[in-house]
Amino acid sequence: MGVLIIDTIEKGVVHLRSVYLDSNSGMPMWPEVISSMLPYMSEHYGNTSSIHAMGNEPKKAMEMARSHVAELIGADPTEVIFTSGATEAVNLALRGSTETASEGKKGIIYSQADHRTVTATAEDLSRKGVRTAMMPLDHLGAIKLKEAVSIMDQGGFHLLSMPFASQEVGTFQPVEDLVKEAAEREVLVHLDLTRSAFQVPIDVKKQGIDLATISSNDLLGPKGVGALYIKKGVRLKPILTGGGHERALRSGSENIPGIYGMGKAASIVKKRMGDYVPQMERVRDALIDGLLRIENTHLNGNMKMRLPNNANVRFDFIEGESILLMLDLNGIQAASGSACSSKTLEPSPTLMAMGLKHEEAHGSIQMTLNPNTTIDDIQYVLEVVPGIVENLREMSPLYNRIGD
Amino acid sequence: MSRIEYSKKVMEHFTNPRNVGTVDDADGIGTVGNPVCGDMMEISLKVEDGRIEDIKFRTFGCASAIATTSMLTEIIKGKTIEEAENISWDDVVKSLDGLPPVKVHCSHLAIDGLRKALYEYYRKRQIYRPDLIPKDEESHHESSPECE
Ligand code: FES
Repeated sequence: MGVLIIDTIEKGVVHLRSVYLDSNSGMPMWPEVISSMLPYMSEHYGNTSSIHAMGNEPKKAMEMARSHVAELIGADPTEVIFTSGATEAVNLALRGSTETASEGKKGIIYSQADHRTVTATAEDLSRKGVRTAMMPLDHLGAIKLKEAVSIMDQGGFHLLSMPFASQEVGTFQPVEDLVKEAAEREVLVHLDLTRSAFQVPIDVKKQGIDLATISSNDLLGPKGVGALYIKKGVRLKPILTGGGHERALRSGSENIPGIYGMGKAASIVKKRMGDYVPQMERVRDALIDGLLRIENTHLNGNMKMRLPNNANVRFDFIEGESILLMLDLNGIQAASGSACSSKTLEPSPTLMAMGLKHEEAHGSIQMTLNPNTTIDDIQYVLEVVPGIVENLREMSPLYNRIGD
Repeated sequence: MSRIEYSKKVMEHFTNPRNVGTVDDADGIGTVGNPVCGDMMEISLKVEDGRIEDIKFRTFGCASAIATTSMLTEIIKGKTIEEAENISWDDVVKSLDGLPPVKVHCSHLAIDGLRKALYEYYRKRQIYRPDLIPKDEESHHESSPECE
């Protein structure tokens, strides 16, 4: 390992291999999606709002995309609107529903299993006087049901937001139970399908979901597009004012190439999920098994009830940023929950909410796969990681203490 | 993670650290930081005829923390005790061709470790040097409440 690294630094030699395990941060696109988008950047540049002929093709493309996205999640096309991404969809769901909620019932329940988009939006609303409450997580990363229900019972909340699965550790949330409890108390449910939509089937109708966020890039579609599912009858106030596009809920000329790409990606996911997910899960299991063979290594989250593409492990006695850099020098890209690798120097809020100690969050590494990840990739990772961990442990004052 | 841009020197020391370990029969060992706050460093040294004959480190922390301690041991080795006392974190950062602003605090910890090891050395000789005890050991990672 040492030789390869020094070569890389001194001569700028490229790696023999590159293994991308940071799919939570960005996904590759389906090649067919890229080519399908091109006509909407060349000949079909019209605006959907135009009466004339140039508006037709884009309009058709958009409606086609809408039905594909709706079909993927079990919605009616009229219940799907396009946004500039998951962040905007989450903002519209949280802010838009707060505006229409009746006085005395403006309140949001969320958790540290949520993506930063949800927690940051809730925090902002809280500063503006909206009631907010956090549901606690158990040590595997799932929302604690009893505690969540007792928060709802306090009253004064109009919305409960939860991810289908925790972003970071991939633990499935008790969606069915929470939806049932929320419905009984007339609390709306916003379900964040980011990370899960391309790998776990969902039927928002059957499950009784009120609002759902989907990101295009997560479907291996283009970045900068997303969608919000809004159940018929759920009222939102738009957060953008303008020309009244998307049934006045999202003004702004539509990003037709992106939207078309997202629709195409949704249709591919729907068609192929049954093939690539079991395969991806097998590869992921091999990764987890191999990593856990390194001594003093633990899995974060639930072994069984987790997203098929997620592996999150922690190595005792060493720190995440060092591990990430070493991995990167060996051509492997991953992410970490360590304070040292975050801009704020704070450890991952999800891991802390799960009750991990500071130093445990420190040594946590998140590896997220996509349908292109192969068993060969994982074999390479498993060849490299033990050496990195050992080298760093040799330098660690914590390691020897235990070893002595 | 947002990729942190480290200088070539930092990366070189990080990937090929000098003087890792603990000096046998050390005249002074300084352990600073706290795993709960994320980072911990240990500096051990051996003194002969007023010179630092040998110095080693062990670090639990980020690449910057590792590179800083590695560089520090390289600078210190062979220096007189007086010279060692006068090394500042700024000297170490300069020798590493700089550190990203958010990572400068890691270099403070390295100096604290060195000074604590020197304090130990003096103490063994019945010389009390409270000025060598890091005043703001706890200010490292001050953003975390558990570190206060
Ligand atoms: S050791 Fe934590 S940022 Fe350097």
